[in-house]
Amino acid sequence: MDYINILKDLSTYPGVSGREDKLSGYIAKMFEKYCDSVEIDEFYNVIGIKKGKGKQGRRIMVTAHIDEIGLMVKSIDEKGFVTVSNIGGVDSKVLLAQEVIIHGKKEIYGIIGAKPPHLLTPEEIKKAVKMEDLTIDTGLPAEEVRKNVSIGDIVTFKVEPFVLQNNRFSSKSLDNRAGVVALLDIMENLTLLNHNDDIWFVATVQEEVGLRGANIAAYNINPDLAIVIDVCHGQIPGTPKESVFPLGKGPAVAVGPNLHRRYTKKMIKVAKEENIPYQIDVEPGDTGTEAWAVQVSREGIPTLLVSIPLKYMHTVIETLNVDDIKNTGRLIARFISTTGNEMEEGLC
Amino acid sequence: MFDLLKKLTGIVGVSGNEEEIREAIIEEIKDCVDEIKVDTLGNLIAVKKGKGKKIMVAAHMDEIGIMVTYIDDKGFLRFSAIGGVSRYDSIGQRVKFKNGVVGAVYYEEKLDDMKNLQLSKMYIDIGAKSKEEAKKMVNIGDVACFVGDAVQQGDIVISKALDDRSGCAVVVKAIKDLKETDNEIYFVFTVQEEVGLRGARTAAFGIKPDIAIAVDVTMTGDTPESHPMEVRCGGGPAIKIKDRSVLCHPEVRRLLEESAKRIKIPYQLEILEAGGSDPGSIHLTAGGIPSGAISIPVRYVHSPVETANMSDINNAVRLLVEAICRY
Amino acid sequence: MLIKELTELNGVSGNEDEVRKFIKAEAEKYADSITEDSMGNLICYKKGMSSKYRVMLSAHMDEVGFMVTGYEDGLLKFASIGGIDERILPGKRVLVGDKRIPGVIGSKPIHLQEKIERGNNIKQKNMYIDIGAEKKEEAEKLAPLGEYIAFHSPYTEFGDGCIKAKALDDRIGCAILLEILKETYRFDLYVCFTVQEEIGLRGAGIAAFRVNPDIAIVVEGTTCSDVPGAREHEYSTVMGQGAALTVMDRTSYPNKRLVEFMYKTAIDKNIPVQYKQTTTGGNDAGKIQLTREGVVVASVSVPCRYIHSPVSVMNRRDYESCLKLVKAVLDEMGSNENLIESFKA
Repeated sequence: MDYINILKDLSTYPGVSGREDKLSGYIAKMFEKYCDSVEIDEFYNVIGIKKGKGKQGRRIMVTAHIDEIGLMVKSIDEKGFVTVSNIGGVDSKVLLAQEVIIHGKKEIYGIIGAKPPHLLTPEEIKKAVKMEDLTIDTGLPAEEVRKNVSIGDIVTFKVEPFVLQNNRFSSKSLDNRAGVVALLDIMENLTLLNHNDDIWFVATVQEEVGLRGANIAAYNINPDLAIVIDVCHGQIPGTPKESVFPLGKGPAVAVGPNLHRRYTKKMIKVAKEENIPYQIDVEPGDTGTEAWAVQVSREGIPTLLVSIPLKYMHTVIETLNVDDIKNTGRLIARFISTTGNEMEEGLC
Repeated sequence: MFDLLKKLTGIVGVSGNEEEIREAIIEEIKDCVDEIKVDTLGNLIAVKKGKGKKIMVAAHMDEIGIMVTYIDDKGFLRFSAIGGVSRYDSIGQRVKFKNGVVGAVYYEEKLDDMKNLQLSKMYIDIGAKSKEEAKKMVNIGDVACFVGDAVQQGDIVISKALDDRSGCAVVVKAIKDLKETDNEIYFVFTVQEEVGLRGARTAAFGIKPDIAIAVDVTMTGDTPESHPMEVRCGGGPAIKIKDRSVLCHPEVRRLLEESAKRIKIPYQLEILEAGGSDPGSIHLTAGGIPSGAISIPVRYVHSPVETANMSDINNAVRLLVEAICRY
Repeated sequence: MLIKELTELNGVSGNEDEVRKFIKAEAEKYADSITEDSMGNLICYKKGMSSKYRVMLSAHMDEVGFMVTGYEDGLLKFASIGGIDERILPGKRVLVGDKRIPGVIGSKPIHLQEKIERGNNIKQKNMYIDIGAEKKEEAEKLAPLGEYIAFHSPYTEFGDGCIKAKALDDRIGCAILLEILKETYRFDLYVCFTVQEEIGLRGAGIAAFRVNPDIAIVVEGTTCSDVPGAREHEYSTVMGQGAALTVMDRTSYPNKRLVEFMYKTAIDKNIPVQYKQTTTGGNDAGKIQLTREGVVVASVSVPCRYIHSPVSVMNRRDYESCLKLVKAVLDEMGSNENLIESFKA
């Protein structure tokens, strides 16, 4: 798999929460290469099914969310400056001087500005800039802006992906397009491995605004086991080492009340046996991932969480190590190929 | 329309205590629908049968208010908030219990700084001289709403509980104005919206509609030095794009926008940055239900002086009728 | 002594095994069938004379506690599971993992604290659990990452009918439900012992989805703040004044007709009863109420002072009131099934 190019394509493709329709179509095409059938549901979750050899029809659901955080046009002032509302957890502090695209009737380039520093009081300059004080400057006359932009239009960040040293890659939206690449990697791995269970690959929507797509997909698919792929914080200076993970040391397998213990143990066993590097992610409560929603769907679904370490999360320079994606794909594919007939595995 | 609004807003119907408002709405609509039922949580579900698409229309019957939690020896009441009650808006207000008892809301005078005002430092005075006397008038667990009778002045209506009795009025009127359609429509007057979008969820689970449209209120950005927001009172009903609980489904948004254009009424697009609404719980129920909302622009939401424009309310009725009959 | 046995078992949210095993063994004596779901809820079914209605009772098995998150040499860094006031942590005893390895929660002693530190609470991030290990490798082996940790606090009777123990929230509810399970009723009874209540009411919702009950009563250990520093209207419940009925809390608005019926039943039968005076907090009723098309719920609780600490305190008389009340209510509903219908809207 050409990881770098797929990452470049996926991470720069716009797909803000609630507006994933085009991205879903794009990802469905990628799924079709590997899956027996692919469909897109009413909320634009992409569901690809790869049938297993077993006769029991057990379902394993593997999810990675495709949506990204972004902005939405809230108003246009008399001079044509555009103000925005956030979709998902956007840190207004990293928005200053960013380049953006407004997805109106046509795509319009703009720059995010605010009141300049020499006009701020010393107190003001210390405080974090508020979302409502940021404006997008399109350089166009007001009439032109109004003609093409309306309230509710989506704004995405314009980013040029970078390949850094030591197999590292930097772009926007790697949370969680990296997970989507891992899904593709699992599919590719499974072309060479046997598996008994039917695998339901789900590229989910609206995770960043409340785990919504996964909630819907889990209810409809009602799987026997769910594996959620997401990102976790990569190690950076000044953070407690218990809650961050170095890049390149493998995916983080989560342990805690949100995750099914027996299956988690099995996942770790597979990693050890196959010599796949992994880290342990201790989660004492809410993991903040789709696993939290999926676990309590209907009568309960045994759920696992595997995360790819990612630095500078929710910025336009999210950075990861490509090897961590490969190892995530390998680990989950191997795990899937070893699950089978033991129904009692589902017990807690 | 104002008479209907006055009637519906005047009833005490704090979250979890929607009995009276439910009866009043049943009275209004009982001859215009094919079936009426009340579910376990108390949602009122009125059905217009048909063979076409299944549409759920939701407006919540409940309003914010207070609950008595303690009565002291001198007959003063201590209370909890039900729903998003502002401590500051409450000071100096009247509250009214179901049995007609009225109380004055005030705060302990020793309070040094208004910033430290907490509900535990506030009380309600019903004029009782002792615990015994008070207990004859109210009990622990009793609820009361704020007092704010509806008045009309020109095109403007001021009242308590426009959130969301104005939505209820819109749905009631839409039921009466319904045009010929094959769609099966479930008009749901939901409970406990103000305490966590609860009723809409269990109702939606039971109905499993193809789409859902809520009628609720939204805030505005047209008052002095208000938070920036494009919606204004009198600019037409708003079609919701998002709030904290939902990103409205593009199909429902399109349906509403096209309907508004077809009947040539003014409309606005709503981005609400605080608060949620019934579509938030409906759209995640039973495997996902595409949902959206028509919002009536209301100033001073959750105060006893909620203010709306009659033309927005009337146009909301037309928009709703058009959308559900044409879908 | 059921309460002693139950509270001395460890069952931090997500690791309720010890409690589940014990309860299962007890419940097997009385239940017609027991289901254990993927999260570990125990659903004990007791067939009634008529299967027209399904009544669910629920108490949670889990308790607050901790989890190993890292190491400083041989010392364990830890995170809380559930809501724990960090001010109570220094100097407490804990048991680590299924092997119950003893440990103590350590922090800098007063002599070594900087002047500014003395006036402030000690932050949990500056505490550690000392199990006596000297090296990280040793600690890792005995207490791997993600290992569960529970408070250690033997059951003690003191004062006038008082009991001190850890995890009274909600082993006291479990104890009551195990007693209830001994009887047979007219309706089908589902006694559910749920998991993960303390980290977000996680188990009860899926249990209720499976049971699909007409009516559910949650039995809890609830907060009791009838202590110095609180004003009378801030007391949530008063210890010794009987079973506490919830009028409303942050997660549910229990069915008014059912709550009134329970209150009236208590008065009629001379069972001490009180309304919970505050509306903060929440419990499994919140999740159960909103399951499927909605469920009639109520919660009744035993007041517990110093809840979520290793020294929770309750009065045995409140336990008895609560047990009597639940029994009386079930008996009434059994003898008059129309009651259940009347609670529904």
